[in-house]
Amino acid sequence: MNNVSAVTENEQISVKKKSQFADVWKRLCRNKTAVLGLVIVILLVLIGILSPIIFDYETQVIKTDYSNTLQPPSAAHPFGTDEMGRDIMIRTLYATSTSLSIGVVTVIVALAAGLVLGSASGYFGGKVDMIIMRIMDIFLAIPGTLLAICIVASLGNSITNLVIAQAVSAIPKFARVVRGAVMTVRDSEYVEAARAIGAKDTTIIFHDVLPNSLAPIIVQTTLEVATVILSIAGLSFIGLGIPAPRPEWGAMLSGSRSYIRDYSYMCMFPGLAIMITILSLNLLGDGLRDALDPRLR
Amino acid sequence: MIKFIIKRLVALIPVLLGVTLLVFFILDLAPGDPAKTILGEQARPEDIAALREEMGLNDPFIVRYGRYMFDLVQGDLGTSYKTRDPVGEEVWARLPNTITLALTSTVVAILLALPLGIIAAIKQNTLFDGISMFISLLGISMPVFWMGLLLILFFSVKLGWFPVAGADQGIKSLVLPSVALGFMHMAAIARTTRSSMLETIRQDYIRTVRAKGLPEHEIITDHALRNALIPTTTVIGLQIGQMLGGSVLTESVFAWPGIGRYMIQSIQGRDIPSVMGCIIVFAIGFALINLLVDLIYGFIDPRIKAQYK
Repeated sequence: MNNVSAVTENEQISVKKKSQFADVWKRLCRNKTAVLGLVIVILLVLIGILSPIIFDYETQVIKTDYSNTLQPPSAAHPFGTDEMGRDIMIRTLYATSTSLSIGVVTVIVALAAGLVLGSASGYFGGKVDMIIMRIMDIFLAIPGTLLAICIVASLGNSITNLVIAQAVSAIPKFARVVRGAVMTVRDSEYVEAARAIGAKDTTIIFHDVLPNSLAPIIVQTTLEVATVILSIAGLSFIGLGIPAPRPEWGAMLSGSRSYIRDYSYMCMFPGLAIMITILSLNLLGDGLRDALDPRLR
Repeated sequence: MIKFIIKRLVALIPVLLGVTLLVFFILDLAPGDPAKTILGEQARPEDIAALREEMGLNDPFIVRYGRYMFDLVQGDLGTSYKTRDPVGEEVWARLPNTITLALTSTVVAILLALPLGIIAAIKQNTLFDGISMFISLLGISMPVFWMGLLLILFFSVKLGWFPVAGADQGIKSLVLPSVALGFMHMAAIARTTRSSMLETIRQDYIRTVRAKGLPEHEIITDHALRNALIPTTTVIGLQIGQMLGGSVLTESVFAWPGIGRYMIQSIQGRDIPSVMGCIIVFAIGFALINLLVDLIYGFIDPRIKAQYK
């Protein structure tokens, strides 16, 4: 008898979950700017995946060609060529994969650490909460870009160090969001029920608490990818980001500075690429926020 | 009120201790021997060893940190590896430039954001609302260094109105960096102003004022704006951290002689004490400005002021 009711309950839960997802999706689709953001993000991901396949890194992306330097946009080179004769369009497209993958990897690292720290802090409260959050406060007391600059300046600029630097500055933000979300569901009845039947703390956190506090975490994740990409471009612009010759938007803009007087096209396309990426991720993030929590509208 | 300020200042001490420890630790990880950096690659090993001893580089981490902190509380930020000059002097000399840029860009941001946000809210769902929100989205999405490059391209290179870089032409030099950095902040401020204004003008007391027959502009400026500005102040405060980060990039684009540019030059020269000094000054400034923002709330919102007592 008990078994039967448990099964139907489970079915009900899965049915409800599905409809909740469909609900969010429907609300997201009704928001035109969010859909625009989503479409551009999908396009960017496709460019990011395809450009390393279509273009050959050695011969088309980084190879210098001194017979072809500083060509203005033309049919052969739609975005023109840079001071080393490299095609700016190919480099701009190729840089999409660099920026997106570093952005996503960094955010995954920061999210994982933030989830553990934030949920421990929010779930256990008391001393654990105090110690973790005071440490996070110290990280938050240094503006993110400066902390990242400090780490890269010390460890040197490689892609790994860049990911570490960005992740370290993003962890406190995730920890805070997760902590807040966990605290709001911590005292709800279903968590109490799980505790009553003797579930372990980790099971309760990952099974009952986190799935119910996903909304703010998803929004923060989307927006953080944008922040990280922008920050990497900034670091590359001041020479602390992606090491040359790998194309990166910020580094390309930095290279265009010396040629701004006569070859201004060079500083247009990488900047546009950054802007479109950040804009679309922000539109999507804002749309997700509205779709996941209709009360905020 | 004074009690509150003292309490907040005391609470700053552990945070600043933590921040300096963290920054000191991170920069301590930097590879390379400072003594070798100072004396050059060709230096004799015994000279390097002697200098290491003299600089106290052989002491344990915690001793070196303690010594640094002891000097720091006396206003000494250490000695540059490159120039052998006190870092404090270099930083102090550049601090006014950084503060000037931060202040003017905040003014630019507020002057752009408030009208955009207020009018967007009053004319909600009109074309103007759409345009102003689009402009503010651009502000969020355009990297400050690209904005800077575009401003240089159009206003310095093409039109010749403003200098391309540097700070030697007074106010004229300040315009483009302030606009670049201010435009970045304008976005968040305008969006918050719009949403808090929307919330405020739907409140009952605004309806009452309107029923009394007050002219619309008076309703907005005298009654709605004051309350709507509280979240705006919060956002301006929250933006300060980003602004300090952005000022490093802006100073780099415009060759503005501030702390940010000095820090980048020090990083390129692997001059760790100078980098450390710059970051410490930024962190202390950040903490103090946050405190200031908290105090300003009290002046705008009596409800918050009541909590200070």
